[in-house]
Amino acid sequence: MHQPSSSCDAHHDHPPIVLRPDALLSAEGLFYSRGSRTILSDVTLDIVAGEAITLIGPNGAGKTTLVRLLLGLDKPDRGSVNRRPGLSVGYVPQRFDIDRALPITVGRFLELGLAPRVHSSVITEALSEVGADGLAQRQLSLLSGGELQRVLLARGLLRNPQLLVLDEPVRGVDYLGEAELYALIGKLRDERGFAVLMVSHDLHVVMGSSDRVLCLNRHICCSGVPTTVARHPEYERLFGRRLAPAFAVYEHHHDHAHDLSGRSIEPASDSSGGAADTPTPHKAHPRDEDVAK
Amino acid sequence: MIEPFLLNAFLASVGLAVLAAPLGCLVVWNRMAYFGEAIAHAGLMGVALSLAFQVDLTLSVLLVALAAAVFVLALSRQRVVPIDSVLGLLHHGALSLGIIATGALSGPSVDLRSYLFGDIYAVVPSDLYWLAGTAVLVLGALVWLWQPLLRIAVHAELAAAEGVPRQRIRAAFIILMALAVAMAIKFVGILLAVAFLIVPAVAARPFATTPERMVVIALAIAVAAVVAGLYGSWTWDLPGGPSIVLAMALAAATSLFWVGARDNG
Repeated sequence: MHQPSSSCDAHHDHPPIVLRPDALLSAEGLFYSRGSRTILSDVTLDIVAGEAITLIGPNGAGKTTLVRLLLGLDKPDRGSVNRRPGLSVGYVPQRFDIDRALPITVGRFLELGLAPRVHSSVITEALSEVGADGLAQRQLSLLSGGELQRVLLARGLLRNPQLLVLDEPVRGVDYLGEAELYALIGKLRDERGFAVLMVSHDLHVVMGSSDRVLCLNRHICCSGVPTTVARHPEYERLFGRRLAPAFAVYEHHHDHAHDLSGRSIEPASDSSGGAADTPTPHKAHPRDEDVAK
Repeated sequence: MIEPFLLNAFLASVGLAVLAAPLGCLVVWNRMAYFGEAIAHAGLMGVALSLAFQVDLTLSVLLVALAAAVFVLALSRQRVVPIDSVLGLLHHGALSLGIIATGALSGPSVDLRSYLFGDIYAVVPSDLYWLAGTAVLVLGALVWLWQPLLRIAVHAELAAAEGVPRQRIRAAFIILMALAVAMAIKFVGILLAVAFLIVPAVAARPFATTPERMVVIALAIAVAAVVAGLYGSWTWDLPGGPSIVLAMALAAATSLFWVGARDNG
């Protein structure tokens, strides 16, 4: 996330990255390959409490692989993933093919994810929090895409997470439903204050509510606050220009609202901003602005 | 007056059904039917070893089944071909090896038929004790591990991300499955062993709304099929095990046909 590069594709030397000591989760120098194909190379990142990070990148960029490594589902070839001891993580997986051979209600599915010694009355609460009231008795395999994503989100919330990891949470959801779902995630985060790591291959909505955007293409090629990344020529090259208007529509309600006027607020400071300092939720991390160089 | 051998056959079949109902549901939910077939066919190697070294059949079948499971896990590390192809390789390889080994170790006079098809009417009381012991062990373990097993069946990665020790739970499940298959081989033979696991579970699915209810319904269907199968076998002088499995299969086909007709108007 700290690479003073103007190209998203070129590999390059970069100064050592200082991970923040108060990070909930950090990854250092992750390498992962399958056969002869390198999927991730030298990925370093950290997430602090309350921070919202969006991981973007084209298909095949290694986003899901990175999430799997961070969650401990796979082991990196090299490098390490460190979690703060006792960290509670909620996970909303990308692929959810519930086998129709398994009969299970939504309520029971959520109960399975409950942390030990938590009363099951919180299930009804969690369902209503995600706007899925009344689904508890429905069969999981018969939910629509949007309903299923809300139920998965509820299961993530039931873990009482300090960090919520969402891998493409709007998969199978129609366009309007997408905006609603992102707004919901933003609202829950405001209320509960957990950190969010969200993966998307498509970013017209997510960026407005992120503190930081990481652009992954097998390595982290650019990163920074949404506005600086959005103006970054490499970003435009990778993702096109169409998101600018989407920004205006779906901007998170109190986050960078002033961007909408088109005013430039982030000082396009140069590469120097490396020193780790106290992170503030909903605020850009100065060292990430190097992308705007 | 019920003949003792008929009573023994009934008790063995019902015991097997009790053992198989929860395991069979888990096998279906985890899409491991083919895996079950593979370890059952590897069981023929167990027959060969048991004949050659005068070891107890259940024990040697169990050991071979576990070896087959380890073999599958080792081969599933590669990502070039999907796991069902690996199981196909194991399945046919083990069957061939079993046939060759039985011939080589015990001479050509050994009749494989009783091992391939089983003989439910040959059950003796000591078999029933073994079955009862195994059933208590397996059911106890299943009750203990039910929650994590279910979480993995619903979504293995979600469960793992939430802290369920996926590898260990899977390993435990495979051991339990091998135990059940070893038992089933003894009573209904290698070719039909897995049917006791899979077929009642399939038959139960359309009527179930919760995982546990599916297990109970599967058990009820299996017991009904045991009664019907043994009755048919007794009345028309048909082989016992296949009659039971045929009754199960008819129940499953009817159930699936019914649900298909219901859901498509």
